[in-house]
Amino acid sequence: MRAVHLLALGAGLAAASPALANESVMKGIANPAEQVLQTVDYANTRYSKLDQINANNVKNLQVAWTFSTGVLRGHEGSPLVVGNIMYVHTPFPNIVYALDLDQGAKIVWKYEPKQDPSVIPVMCCDTVNRGLAYADGAILLHQADTTLVSLDAKTGKVNWSVKNGDPSKGETNTATVLPVKDKVIVGISGGEFGVNCHVTAYDLKSGKKVWRGHSQGPDADMIMDPEKTTSLGKPVGKDSSLKTWEGDQWKTGGGCTWGWFSYDPKLDLFYYGSGNPSTWNPKQRPGDNKWSMTIWARNPDTGMAKWVYQMTPHDEWDYDGINEMILTDQKIDGKERPLLTHFDRNGFGYTLDRATGELLVAEKYDPVVNWATKVDMDKGSKTYGRPLVVSKYSTEQNGEDVNSKGICPAALGSKDQQPAAFSPKTNLFYVPTNHVCMDYEPFRVTYTPGQPYVGATLSMYPAPGSHGGMGNFIAWDGVNGKIKWSNPEQFSAWGGALATAGDVVFYGTLEGYLKAVDSKSGKELYKFKTPSGIIGNVMTYEHKGKQYVGVLSGVGGWAGIGLAAGLTDPNAGLGAVGGYAALSSYTNLGGQLTVFALPNN
Amino acid sequence: MSSIKRTAVLGLVGAALLGAVPTATAVFAQDAKPELANKLDPNAKEIDEPVLKAATAVKEEDGKYLDKDGHPTFHITNDGKKVDWYTYSGYRRYHAECHVCHGPDGMGSTYAPVLKDSLKRLSYEEFYGILAGGRQNHTAGNESVMPAFGDNKNVMCYANDLYVYLRARAAGAWGRARPGEKEEKPESAKTAEKECLGG
Repeated sequence: MRAVHLLALGAGLAAASPALANESVMKGIANPAEQVLQTVDYANTRYSKLDQINANNVKNLQVAWTFSTGVLRGHEGSPLVVGNIMYVHTPFPNIVYALDLDQGAKIVWKYEPKQDPSVIPVMCCDTVNRGLAYADGAILLHQADTTLVSLDAKTGKVNWSVKNGDPSKGETNTATVLPVKDKVIVGISGGEFGVNCHVTAYDLKSGKKVWRGHSQGPDADMIMDPEKTTSLGKPVGKDSSLKTWEGDQWKTGGGCTWGWFSYDPKLDLFYYGSGNPSTWNPKQRPGDNKWSMTIWARNPDTGMAKWVYQMTPHDEWDYDGINEMILTDQKIDGKERPLLTHFDRNGFGYTLDRATGELLVAEKYDPVVNWATKVDMDKGSKTYGRPLVVSKYSTEQNGEDVNSKGICPAALGSKDQQPAAFSPKTNLFYVPTNHVCMDYEPFRVTYTPGQPYVGATLSMYPAPGSHGGMGNFIAWDGVNGKIKWSNPEQFSAWGGALATAGDVVFYGTLEGYLKAVDSKSGKELYKFKTPSGIIGNVMTYEHKGKQYVGVLSGVGGWAGIGLAAGLTDPNAGLGAVGGYAALSSYTNLGGQLTVFALPNN
Repeated sequence: MSSIKRTAVLGLVGAALLGAVPTATAVFAQDAKPELANKLDPNAKEIDEPVLKAATAVKEEDGKYLDKDGHPTFHITNDGKKVDWYTYSGYRRYHAECHVCHGPDGMGSTYAPVLKDSLKRLSYEEFYGILAGGRQNHTAGNESVMPAFGDNKNVMCYANDLYVYLRARAAGAWGRARPGEKEEKPESAKTAEKECLGG
């Protein structure tokens, strides 16, 4: 009897333990007709198996239908499609629309949260939101004011809501969330306000907080095991963060988590990057400032950090490390390995072993990157894994009140949050990039809670001596660390890419073009000018046997700042007017979804 | 179409700082000295005559230039190549604190106004009030909010510097560039900075 009892208990435990990954999410990912995550899949490949629209017929694309969101701000992210319903989100005030595709995209329900507008100016660089996620019959929205809401996908009714941060202290949100197993994992913004940023897991059913891991501070705050958490193959040791900050500075340390999350169900680890340390004046925060600017691998159930890798120790340029981590399995030296590829703001494309955090490749994905000569790949070297900084471009070495000139890339990075795509058919990454350089002058600032804490003067301009444009759309070989092809863009390529089984790669441009290029050659196959600049991500879905491609237009974001006015021309004489081409000559504010399809015969 | 709501409440520190706004002391035009005249870039293309005229300096106090109403103004010389300390300082502070919303060189962004134009209309007192107290603009589909910087020393200690720089931009006296040559940092600027930032 005793044995039987134990068996029964075992079975009960198994039933109660969280399902692997999240079945509803896994099911949605497996069905290319739908899109349940902003990242298309857990691996963040942004690859769709749909192939009705292909390299031969994409030139015939037409606008099938459009939808106005009613908000004239920067529109990042993309809609989701679950069954016959499309879910569209907006920037602040973060409206959610459920559109019935069976009824000509009729609005089935609308959710509009009431948020204090005082959150608007606390959001550095526009009131964008990178979109919703779907899991277990719920739509998950993480609002600007850090309220995380679970909505009934059928009715739009609030299942639960919970506050993740305090906007009066500069804590806000722009990011999407990661539903995994029985939890939802969220990040937070506020790097320019001296927030001590973190990732937090909430219970998917109740919204109850499960764990929170900070980017800096005591080991317990970071959920780090000094003996078991590793960096470049070695245990991080006790107080790995505290030792790299002066005094209490880690408490206003930044390291924000406003980027994307990816997840590997087999290794049961999720991945994300932490942002810049506060302030932008490096002199005011001596040390490596760990673990800002870091790639993190954590266990979703406990939050425990498995490994970390700091890309830009002691940041001197605002090279936030938050860009997406794309998980692929490819051969390196003839051996199949679980890989993680990341295009950092600092201009290096990194490939690591995602099981161990071993650094395999770190190469510049824009040839103009000049702040470091390379990343030291010599395992025997004292500076192993660190960028070798060029003194001339070191705002730390040049010091406060000195204007360091000609640094590439600019603070907005060789690539910002706009996610890249990966096609398993070509084994290439498709990366929308910025081609912008800067002058950077750090100076002393004082910290006031809820107030910006920047501490540097910047001016940005198109990469000198290049094609004159401010962006490129490139194909990248992550195993060899090489650019395969590169298409120049007049403005930064700020829209997220989508690769499809139809051998087409889609992306949007700041002037408002939706572009389709050949996945092998990069040749432009189709373009269409939408009503406003695109900073959203291209998505695709299938409805009643027909493939559609959709993208949000609505210029804004950081791109809407400098580029709206045209960047400063570094070669212009003093007092010269104009500078480079202004985006405002090409497009205007907007908020619209444009959906494309092939014509019916 | 657009209604404007001004936030009237100022932070405590903001109120204290506001107290430091110089009361207008009329200075007569005949007091103006030729060495106070601007010598602008002869090729400057965006000169706004009325704004430039109103911004004429009639008095200088330790590197600080004042117009006929006693409001701070710029002083640009050497055919538009050299600026006074406060214009330079304002450029630096602007591109740290303001450009994140208002764009480089006061040119505006997709969600904040073009200050190079706003400063053609706003009086010194209005500028100071908005900077310290913030404001909200509601237009269809687009809500914009200027935060209150009243208790932010990184901004309020340089309020006059920002005003002077943006006034030079509005007058077309200074273009889209980082100032190169500049007048020495005045002793009074050093003292005031130290006192305001509180060490």
